[in-house]
Amino acid sequence: MKNRRAIRKGVNLLALALSGLATAIGLFFLGAILWTLVKNGIAGLTPAVFSAMTPPPGSSGGLLNAIYGSAVMTLIGILIGGPVGMLAGTYLAEYGRTSWLSSVIRFVNDVLLSAPSIIIGLFVYELLVVRMGHFSAIAGAVALAIIAMPVTVRTTEDMLNLVPQGMKDASTAMGAYPWRTITSVIYPAARSGVVTGLLLAIARISGETAPLLFTALNNQFWSTNLLAPMANLPVVIFQFALSPYPNWQQLAWTGALLITVSILILSITARVVVARLNPAGRR
Amino acid sequence: MNTVAAIEARHAAGQRLRERLFRGATLAAALLVLLLLGGVALSLAIGAWPALSHFKLSFLTREIWNPVTDQYGALAPVYGTLVTSFLALLLAIPVSFGIAIFLTELAPVWLKRPVGVAIELLAAVPSIIYGIWGLFVLAPILQAHVQPWLIRWFGPLPLVGRLFQGPPFGIGILSASFVLAIMVIPFISAVMRDVFETVPDVLKESGYGLGATTWEVIWQVVVPYARTGMIGGVMLGLGRALGETMAVTFVIGNAHRIGSSLLAPGTTISASIANEFAEAVGDLYTSSLIALGAILFLITFTVIALARYMLMRLERRALSSV
Repeated sequence: MKNRRAIRKGVNLLALALSGLATAIGLFFLGAILWTLVKNGIAGLTPAVFSAMTPPPGSSGGLLNAIYGSAVMTLIGILIGGPVGMLAGTYLAEYGRTSWLSSVIRFVNDVLLSAPSIIIGLFVYELLVVRMGHFSAIAGAVALAIIAMPVTVRTTEDMLNLVPQGMKDASTAMGAYPWRTITSVIYPAARSGVVTGLLLAIARISGETAPLLFTALNNQFWSTNLLAPMANLPVVIFQFALSPYPNWQQLAWTGALLITVSILILSITARVVVARLNPAGRR
Repeated sequence: MNTVAAIEARHAAGQRLRERLFRGATLAAALLVLLLLGGVALSLAIGAWPALSHFKLSFLTREIWNPVTDQYGALAPVYGTLVTSFLALLLAIPVSFGIAIFLTELAPVWLKRPVGVAIELLAAVPSIIYGIWGLFVLAPILQAHVQPWLIRWFGPLPLVGRLFQGPPFGIGILSASFVLAIMVIPFISAVMRDVFETVPDVLKESGYGLGATTWEVIWQVVVPYARTGMIGGVMLGLGRALGETMAVTFVIGNAHRIGSSLLAPGTTISASIANEFAEAVGDLYTSSLIALGAILFLITFTVIALARYMLMRLERRALSSV
């Protein structure tokens, strides 16, 4: 009897130690990746990175055109995908709450949310690049918008659902039409949550590489033409990291550091906002 | 004339119009979600048609991939996709399970949040970062330390030995699986944690009341209760692994063949598309790559749909039990 209890305790201890170990493994990889990025990236972090264009092999340069291109495409992506996603999320949370159509849309949105981004790239290639006859920044932005949209739909719906029913009822009792209740009562109440969702969507799309490979492609030069190929950080990192030239590889590491740091800052900010909104909540 | 009534009537009409417009706009946006998925499926089908009608079923069964002679078969990338994802799950499931247990049952309250957020940040790191890290850091370590060890100890074994023979390339199926495993850990553990939190406290307390240890409560109360959700989480991770592109492209070696060894270079569907699509010349070549994309879409769609269905069922049960 005593023996059995010892065995049970031993098994318990072993299992719990293993679960602690698993957590340590997860944290270790996060640390290892960040450390590699800082170690390799910081050496190349000079003012030239922000002021010079991507160089040809062997000469010095920066990432200005790539940073600009990424910013522009991410911005257009979120400007298209964000509002559309918010409207769709509003429909799911307020108008179509329990209808069968909403269940279908919710389900399809979840599928889109986890669909491989390279498939979205192929879709936009067929949709825009083939029709226009060439790669373009706007095609890249549309691909990013399609990836941002399901994220926004999901977070908007979740955040609107957090608004207390009493507030909605109070507005309705004053004789307000639903649109008035939504825009004047529900949106302001859910504002920081919805903004958080947008931040997360930006974080998600600003590192996407696969959908840009054959939509925006890349551009070695400064270009602000939305109808032409445009440089962007992820694709530049991809090409430069796999090149045999040391200066290109250095720029790839620096670009990787920049992109990761900005995404982590965005994600952490978003989480802080949520935590403040919903202190008792689970996340 | 009663002007007040007239103004009120006009105001009401304006309100009704805006209501219709706003409602219509939200409905249109919601329908766009459906349209998008339909559009993706349709465009893939149209793009893949030339290749599929040319090679017919042999597209699925042949290993050849030769742009020079315009002969294409999907077997090698499909094999690579399935094998890397399977291995990744094999590595990731136990770790994710451990993390989820640590976060829900073990960690003190002050540790829960920071550790949870750190694991979630692992999911926020873009896949291209995993790619260069895998290529420049992980692959050399695997090549120098892990793979020789595998070859030495597992290579001579009967049956499974074939999987661990040949030179240690560093890049290849095994390295890709490793990177994928690290990438899906945060997804699987996040879902598992959420699912574990739906287990009613009273069930766990009954277990403890009977004198069970923490592990016995986890294994005999929490896990059976959360089983559907756990499988759903694993399937979501699988969906992620199947479609992951950039990280795999860096470390898989991009060889269109099926090697018997896990240490050999291979390719996956997404890596083939990422590597070759922008440079593909000729309609048949492009169409074959899109056909690969269509296969990937079908596989991931099925997996994700099943996962969501399972999680949805669990949610409904959680709601009805409250």
